[in-house]
Amino acid sequence: MATVRLAPVLRTFAGGSKQVSAQGTTLADVLHDLYERFPALQEQLQPDGSLSRFINIYVNDQDVRYLQGLETTVGPADTVILLPAMAGGH
Amino acid sequence: MGDASREIMRQARRQVPEWTPSQVHEALADQHEAGPDQQEIVLVDVREKHEWNEGHVPGAIHVPRGFLELQIEEAVPDKSKTIVLYCAGGVRSLIAGTTLQQMGYKTPISMSGGFGQWKANGYPFVQPRTMSEAQSKRYSRHVLIPEVGEAGQFKLLDSRVLLIGAGGLGSPAAYYLAAAGVGTIGIIDADVVEESNLQRQILHNTKRVGQYKAESARETIEALNPDVKVIPYIERLDETNVARIIADYDVILDGTDNFPTRYLLNDAAIIANKPVVHGSVFRFEGQLTVFKPHEGPCYRCLYPEPPPPELAPSCAEAGVLGVLPGIIGLLQAIETMKLLLGIGDPLVGRLQTYDGLAGEFSELRLYRDPQCPACGEHAHPENLPTYAEFCAVPAR
Repeated sequence: MATVRLAPVLRTFAGGSKQVSAQGTTLADVLHDLYERFPALQEQLQPDGSLSRFINIYVNDQDVRYLQGLETTVGPADTVILLPAMAGGH
Repeated sequence: MGDASREIMRQARRQVPEWTPSQVHEALADQHEAGPDQQEIVLVDVREKHEWNEGHVPGAIHVPRGFLELQIEEAVPDKSKTIVLYCAGGVRSLIAGTTLQQMGYKTPISMSGGFGQWKANGYPFVQPRTMSEAQSKRYSRHVLIPEVGEAGQFKLLDSRVLLIGAGGLGSPAAYYLAAAGVGTIGIIDADVVEESNLQRQILHNTKRVGQYKAESARETIEALNPDVKVIPYIERLDETNVARIIADYDVILDGTDNFPTRYLLNDAAIIANKPVVHGSVFRFEGQLTVFKPHEGPCYRCLYPEPPPPELAPSCAEAGVLGVLPGIIGLLQAIETMKLLLGIGDPLVGRLQTYDGLAGEFSELRLYRDPQCPACGEHAHPENLPTYAEFCAVPAR
């Protein structure tokens, strides 16, 4: 199972977890598996089916927008990172 | 000069060839004509530092006689080069020549008559920029680092860095950049110091509550390092002032707390071709990267749109561990120093993230979006929305 890491602001949509495991061989499958358990995440990550424009998804260290998007292959040893922009600086 | 000294000189003269300043001048001119690939002659000034500071032959390297054995192999590793040594009058350079022969250098040559004769012949010389005694002491640990050195320190003293915000990120960054001797630090911040800032914004203190942050920052920095000129801007960065303010700076350190300012700064920095060292924090986590126009991605490549307010709370709404912006702000300061000095690998196209609770650094690859509206092929960065109406109200 792949590891999924969530940025702090997304953890409330996943029962407070910082890191969860999810099944699937593509990013679409992995996210689908996540939504089964944490339906509120779908609204954040894929509000209209396509990937959100303000939450970046990385497989290992690569942005999936520059891989194959939802069709990006995800192996059991891979880490999927969900990372929206942060604004805080002050 | 006693008998023993005279004997040493006699022997040295027999062993070490001498060139007159005219011969050296001619040889250097020939070498200059031949181009940078044909640099067979290395000119080494073996005088003391204070003599070097009063003027030296252009292009010479400085290895004082007392450090010759210790430093020459680092300064001139190739022992087959022709090394022309000079001192003030041609005596110390002759003895230095025998030392180089003992060390295996093939062709050491002493310039007869030394720098005195060189000047008397009317040949050119340069007077190096020198540090005051106080600066020599203050920056001694920088000068010892080969990647910085005296030349790098002068570069820092001549550098201009703009900090967007004198808050959690701007405070530690400004404090260390000032300590490092960055000569001009601009600080734009329209806010006043509040008690809730003092848990992390180390430029300010309890007595300054109510004072403008940019002014408070100036007081702290000027007390730390009189070499630094602080230019405070008590205003908010907006469409009317951004181009004017950033024009005067070499590097911009983004420590703001809201998306509209980040998008505004991104677009203006692309137009003005200024690198932005970006940092942001949330509770125990932070991230930073360097946006260098046209060499790597920009903020809009990374985040084409801001998240809605509920996904992007500010420090005032979500809280932040006071030490965390210290870490990220100082990482921004290091990236700034690297850009100013032109050393190392700046975080261009790499997003570094830090998780304080886990004690983990990670790195993510960032790419330029060829379709980016700010820096892509058909970009118009001068005319893009900054989502001012869309985002959370800026908070302190």
